[in-house]
Amino acid sequence: MSEHEVTLTINGESVTRSVEARTLLVHFIREDLSLTGTHIGCDTTSCGACTVLMNGKPVKSCTVFAVQAEGAAVETIEGVAAGGELHPLQEGFWEKHGLQCGYCTPGMIMTAKNFLAQNPNPTEDEIRRGISGNLCRCTGYNKIVEAIQYAAEKLQADAGGE
Amino acid sequence: MPQLDDRKEHHSELADGVSAQVPTTDEVQIKTPENIGGMGHRKKRKEDPRFLQGKGNYVDDVKLPGMLYMDIVRSPYAHAKINSIDASAALEMDGVLAVITGEDLKAAGDLHWMPTLMSDTQMVLPIDKVVYYAQEVCAVIATSRYIAADAIEQVFVDYEPLDAVVDPFEALKDNVIVREDKEEKTNHIWHWEAGDKAETDAVFNDAATVVKEKMYIPRIHVSSIETCGMVANYNKAREHMQIYMTSQAPHAHRTVFALVSGLPEHKIQIISPDIGGGFGGKVPVYPGYVICAVASLVTGKPVKWIEDRSENLQADSFARDYHIEAEMAADKDGKITGLRVKTLSDCGAADAAANPSKFPAGLYSICTGSYDMKAAHVEVDGVYTTKPPGGVAYRCSFRVTEAVHMVERMTEIMAHELGEDAADYRLRNFIQPDQFPYKSPTGWEYDSGNYEAALKKAMDMIDYRALREEQKEKRAKGELMGIGISSFTEVVGAGPSKDYDILGIKMFDSAEIRIHPTGKAMARFGTKSQGQGHETTYAQIVAEELGLPADDIEVEEGDTDTAPYGLGTYASRSTPTAGAAAVMASRKIKAKAKKIAAHLLEVGVDDLEWNIDRFQVKGSSDQAKTIQEIAFAAYTNHPQGMEAGLEAVDYYDPPNLTFPFGSYICVVDIDKGTGEVKIRRFVAVDDCGHIINPLIVEGQIHGGLTMGLAPAMYEEIVYDENGQNLTGTLADYLLPTAVESPKWELGKTITPSPHHPIGAKGVGESPTVGAPPAIANAVVDALWHLGVRHVDIPITPPKVWKLLRDNGVTD
Repeated sequence: MSEHEVTLTINGESVTRSVEARTLLVHFIREDLSLTGTHIGCDTTSCGACTVLMNGKPVKSCTVFAVQAEGAAVETIEGVAAGGELHPLQEGFWEKHGLQCGYCTPGMIMTAKNFLAQNPNPTEDEIRRGISGNLCRCTGYNKIVEAIQYAAEKLQADAGGE
Repeated sequence: MPQLDDRKEHHSELADGVSAQVPTTDEVQIKTPENIGGMGHRKKRKEDPRFLQGKGNYVDDVKLPGMLYMDIVRSPYAHAKINSIDASAALEMDGVLAVITGEDLKAAGDLHWMPTLMSDTQMVLPIDKVVYYAQEVCAVIATSRYIAADAIEQVFVDYEPLDAVVDPFEALKDNVIVREDKEEKTNHIWHWEAGDKAETDAVFNDAATVVKEKMYIPRIHVSSIETCGMVANYNKAREHMQIYMTSQAPHAHRTVFALVSGLPEHKIQIISPDIGGGFGGKVPVYPGYVICAVASLVTGKPVKWIEDRSENLQADSFARDYHIEAEMAADKDGKITGLRVKTLSDCGAADAAANPSKFPAGLYSICTGSYDMKAAHVEVDGVYTTKPPGGVAYRCSFRVTEAVHMVERMTEIMAHELGEDAADYRLRNFIQPDQFPYKSPTGWEYDSGNYEAALKKAMDMIDYRALREEQKEKRAKGELMGIGISSFTEVVGAGPSKDYDILGIKMFDSAEIRIHPTGKAMARFGTKSQGQGHETTYAQIVAEELGLPADDIEVEEGDTDTAPYGLGTYASRSTPTAGAAAVMASRKIKAKAKKIAAHLLEVGVDDLEWNIDRFQVKGSSDQAKTIQEIAFAAYTNHPQGMEAGLEAVDYYDPPNLTFPFGSYICVVDIDKGTGEVKIRRFVAVDDCGHIINPLIVEGQIHGGLTMGLAPAMYEEIVYDENGQNLTGTLADYLLPTAVESPKWELGKTITPSPHHPIGAKGVGESPTVGAPPAIANAVVDALWHLGVRHVDIPITPPKVWKLLRDNGVTD
């Protein structure tokens, strides 16, 4: 199996590693970079637990090779709380009880982060469609929707206040 | 050491005086201020910050130096003879250390078989034949995950296919014997019954109306988003086995590992770290766990095994798979008088259910539900088929979902048959509030209930009568609208030790609380949260009892070296058992604290009274010692003759189970063209007794409702006639997304349990139990006038479309 050098930025930090061509991005993030907040739930791109942002867009990192991320800016859950302060999404999930076992939560938050960037003032139905690529088995989604609404409002208020 | 009986007496002294009949309210009780955050506070969860920042610690996050990886070769046949296993090519690969076969396990001390939780046996790895598709055949140990995955492709197994037997009724004919290892060559495993047969037959002979129905509660899978896995780390020098494992019951698993492997129990440490959802699927010991532990034992190195999703869906324990034939009887006034039920339980290739030992069909005999009737008789037969073994719960107490689905469907059919309104019919057949504690015809003693209050509340919330008017108008126009009710009774909190055990271990649970000198505390439990929020709710219980702020209490579970022994978290048992233990341990601490306070205040103990977080001299609140002051004194200035320190442990053996209940109403609209069922509204009124944290309870109910929706409309494990699993990925086995999940509307009534020390009952699974029949009843209600009496879940558009066409709806 051929080895390749990959250079990318992860949560703003540049890293270079040598990987097998077939190494999945999710394994690269979890094993090579020891960032275990990104989870694996299905291996078939169905559940979204492994969602990370690649150049701002959500990807299911179990279906991306690490070599495909060459030169990309990758953001994982570990990079979301800027300066140690919880992001409005993290705050919303906490306030509204948008998580239970916590396993789907990182992927859910990464998807929601991109979704709110695209649609800062969404309807409930738009939120539900926006996160429909991420499965949660614990919450029944109602409180995840509320958490994203909370974050949308807070982000809007923050933007308006500047 | 106090004897068992002394301890029981001690318990009754510590428990608040409670009466059997309890009034129903709908206000959550709050006695402590917000900074203490005891019961009733809508407290944000203490465990969340780590999960929100990607700092949880799940089994696959565990990485030990020199760790090896295991992958499993699985059978492509449901039933086949194994002629040979050729692992030579795999063993020649760089990075492959070992291939473990059934013969290896046999040589290691007959480890190729293991006991199931139901005292049946199950293969760990086969010697001569496989009995289900995706069965573990052998395992490869390699230096990386990828090499292990490559290597399983290089193991060549010579199979000789045998006939599969997929249909349990066919299996009963014994043409194909699944378990040739058994002395008796039959697929029939057990027969079990409850209730009085003669009395029930007599009731049916006298009945004015009898309704009958066959229904199938399909095989489904919990499919928690985290699959199962283990890191086994055997230290040869210490002769010590450390195991990280996705376990809902780490202590019980430690004992099972000790009994199976022969390793001494004090040399086994099981750590169940953060668990990514359990729902019952992480109760059993799966073959993969045993092989992984053996692999570490053999290699002397840490070995990691993590299932992929297909392995999880195809080989781990399923839930349900009950084939039911039910009859309900009513007298000339339409009053329900009896229930007669025959059920075939398809166990797969081993009876690996996770039920208490004396209950092969779990608590299925709760099936008379919320209705007062004279007699009932239930028979269940277990049968082997060439399918994966089970069955575990699917976010429900032992087999209660099957029972509730049946009785709620039958009551609905009876109401329709008699031409009565489904709500009014339930109201007049309910067990009445003054009948509690209620002795059911199958032998249960329901602790408390007020079924009428819950249903009436749900009817008010949804404006039931107006919906019936709307339905009439819609029907006149040819539109299909249905209203479905489910008024369920749950039974949870196993259980009293006289009846409940798993492999002989009694189903108590435990709490150990230590108060540090500075007034902060550590509380450890025999249960194990998988998302339920124990770190918060247990802290709130202790805060309520001792007045310590919940934020000052660190809750820890899952490490068998530090936590007190307990049977774990499943069947909604944590609050009824370990939650009660938290109360009892707190009250033991409080009894000692009182003596210390009396010493500090130089008064007699009888002169003191408790006030939220302190003991004060009766009628003189300025003379008081807070729990923090008392804790400090327990280490610095305790009375002569008293032991220093402030801690207690309690093993709580509940006197009875608890019986949560609720009433759900679902409104559906059906598209005649496509057969699509659209849930327009769903109102859920739950009664779980006193509420510890309303935010968490709401979350539990939302999640449970969605896991009720799932089997009602989407999920089913399907096999072809050869026993091949046709639903082995999440692209085929459909978990509801945010789009399919309705906006749940919640209501509550509060009828405390009279025997639980804080009147709580457990809640996590009630909605999973209650929701499916509400949905099924709504669909049948929309179609009854067309001649439809019943439809099996999952109610998919093709199924409804066919029903419509079969009953003359063509547009």
